[in-house]
Amino acid sequence: MRGLINYFSGMFNGIISLVKGMGVTGKYFFTSPVTIVTQQYPENRKTLEMFDAFKGEVTMPHNENNEHKCTACNICQINCPNGSIEVVSKDVVNEEGKKKKELDKHHYNIGMCSFCGLCIKTCPSNALAWGQEFEHAMFTRNKFVKTLNNEGSKLIQKKGVE
Amino acid sequence: MAEIIQDIQEQEYLINMGPQHPSTHGVLRLVLSLRGETVLSVQPHCGYIHRGIEKMCERLTYQQIIHLTDRLDYLSAHINNHAVCMLVENALGVELPERVKYIRTIMDELARIASHQLWWCSFGMDLGALTAFFYGLRDREPILDIFEESTGGRLIQSYYTPGGLMKDIHPGFQKRVKDFIKMFRKKINEYDQLLSGNVIMTQRTQGIGILTEEEAISFGVTGPSGRGSGFECDIRKHHPYSLYNKVEFKEILRTEGDSFARYSVRMDEMRESLNIIEQLIDNIPAGDFSVKMKPVIKLPEGEYYQRVEAARGEFGVFISSKGEKYPYRVKLRSPNFSNLSALHSIAHGQKIADLVAIGASLDYVIPDIDR
Ligand code: SF4
Ligand code: SF4
Repeated sequence: MRGLINYFSGMFNGIISLVKGMGVTGKYFFTSPVTIVTQQYPENRKTLEMFDAFKGEVTMPHNENNEHKCTACNICQINCPNGSIEVVSKDVVNEEGKKKKELDKHHYNIGMCSFCGLCIKTCPSNALAWGQEFEHAMFTRNKFVKTLNNEGSKLIQKKGVE
Repeated sequence: MAEIIQDIQEQEYLINMGPQHPSTHGVLRLVLSLRGETVLSVQPHCGYIHRGIEKMCERLTYQQIIHLTDRLDYLSAHINNHAVCMLVENALGVELPERVKYIRTIMDELARIASHQLWWCSFGMDLGALTAFFYGLRDREPILDIFEESTGGRLIQSYYTPGGLMKDIHPGFQKRVKDFIKMFRKKINEYDQLLSGNVIMTQRTQGIGILTEEEAISFGVTGPSGRGSGFECDIRKHHPYSLYNKVEFKEILRTEGDSFARYSVRMDEMRESLNIIEQLIDNIPAGDFSVKMKPVIKLPEGEYYQRVEAARGEFGVFISSKGEKYPYRVKLRSPNFSNLSALHSIAHGQKIADLVAIGASLDYVIPDIDR
């Protein structure tokens, strides 16, 4: 007899617990059937905005005169744990006949970057910044190596210095 | 025919579970020895995702090590970073601004909640409750947004650095966190309605997969899994670091030691983490978000150890330094490795279907086991 009672009460309690759980799902089914929780990607590609801090890729911002702030000091390359940065510099001779180091190409291999942010944090001239681009898929691996400085770009000349 | 069936019933046979089994949550291979449906022994085979992180650390500066510790237990990335940062700071005797401590503690607790939420999702899914999976992920999204807005990363943040933080928090950080707490306090009750009382769930977890306190201690099972067996091992309580000696919180303990005890410890821990954040979020002091450190950090010669309470247990970093800019030797004590070692003594004698539930209740992250 006892066993029978236990059997039925167990069954009954089980059904109640299931109904309770169904109550939660049912509530969502009826109260918010059109609420979309997920992002409608890629339909929203045009309007999608990432947060400012989002670590998409390392970029080198240029101003409207195609000038950047990089002095080719190599510090970012030394600090990168994965060797994904290679700074190529060239020596130029200015009008006064002095030799100066200038940035030729700033290579950045996003395929080897682990987005640690050390290059951006340690750059003494604040020449690097995070970009918000996140669609990085490519068909060949060598496309991952990007040159961060634009073609023909120059170092920003500080005001007061000729 | 009857003979063959009898043979099968009495014979012991070996079966591989994993490395590509959905319920092992990663590339873990368990070699099971079975008689019928009963598990006689479980032998975990690790190493499928071994990356040699400890060895790699020997050629990296202390700032660079941080981004590798993210990739151990990626669900408590902040907490792992915290251990390395604190080790370096304590070794050099750096005094941190209060603001850093507040932000770090809040971030750690948010990471703990997010990790337990994901565990809850996958726990439900392993038992066949797919609804739980979606609800948990839905509620985890606001935390990831908080992380993304302030740190720039969703899963792996590399936000802490020896001496403070990489950058300051976003101005909207406090509002977002408060909104999340308000929202999640309601939602967590829903979790209980949906899964905790569910008949299938209770029958598959209560009284199953028992780990005694003695075993927990001898295997070094820490974190929620250890506390489910009554082993008081909360580092935040017993060896407080950062701000944990200033906030009020309870150490959640259960004594049953079964899968359900481990489940309920984690559920209560989420509520406790909400309490901790609530006490801190309104009074983050103004100030610097980092102290200036030398560009090349050299630890004085000696050996250092620092432990923290990660989402899955005690995470420890041991560094032996020869006074150079690279550590001489790094050893990481990962909680999941010790937790996994107890799997055989928990699971032998149980049914193979329950092994999945036991594994889910131990909540292992494989990259943390293999390192
Ligand atoms: S990006 Fe910054 S750190 Fe790197 S070479 Fe240029 S100035 Fe130096
Ligand atoms: S983010 Fe880190 S890994 Fe990537 S380029 Fe900069 S330093 Fe190297």
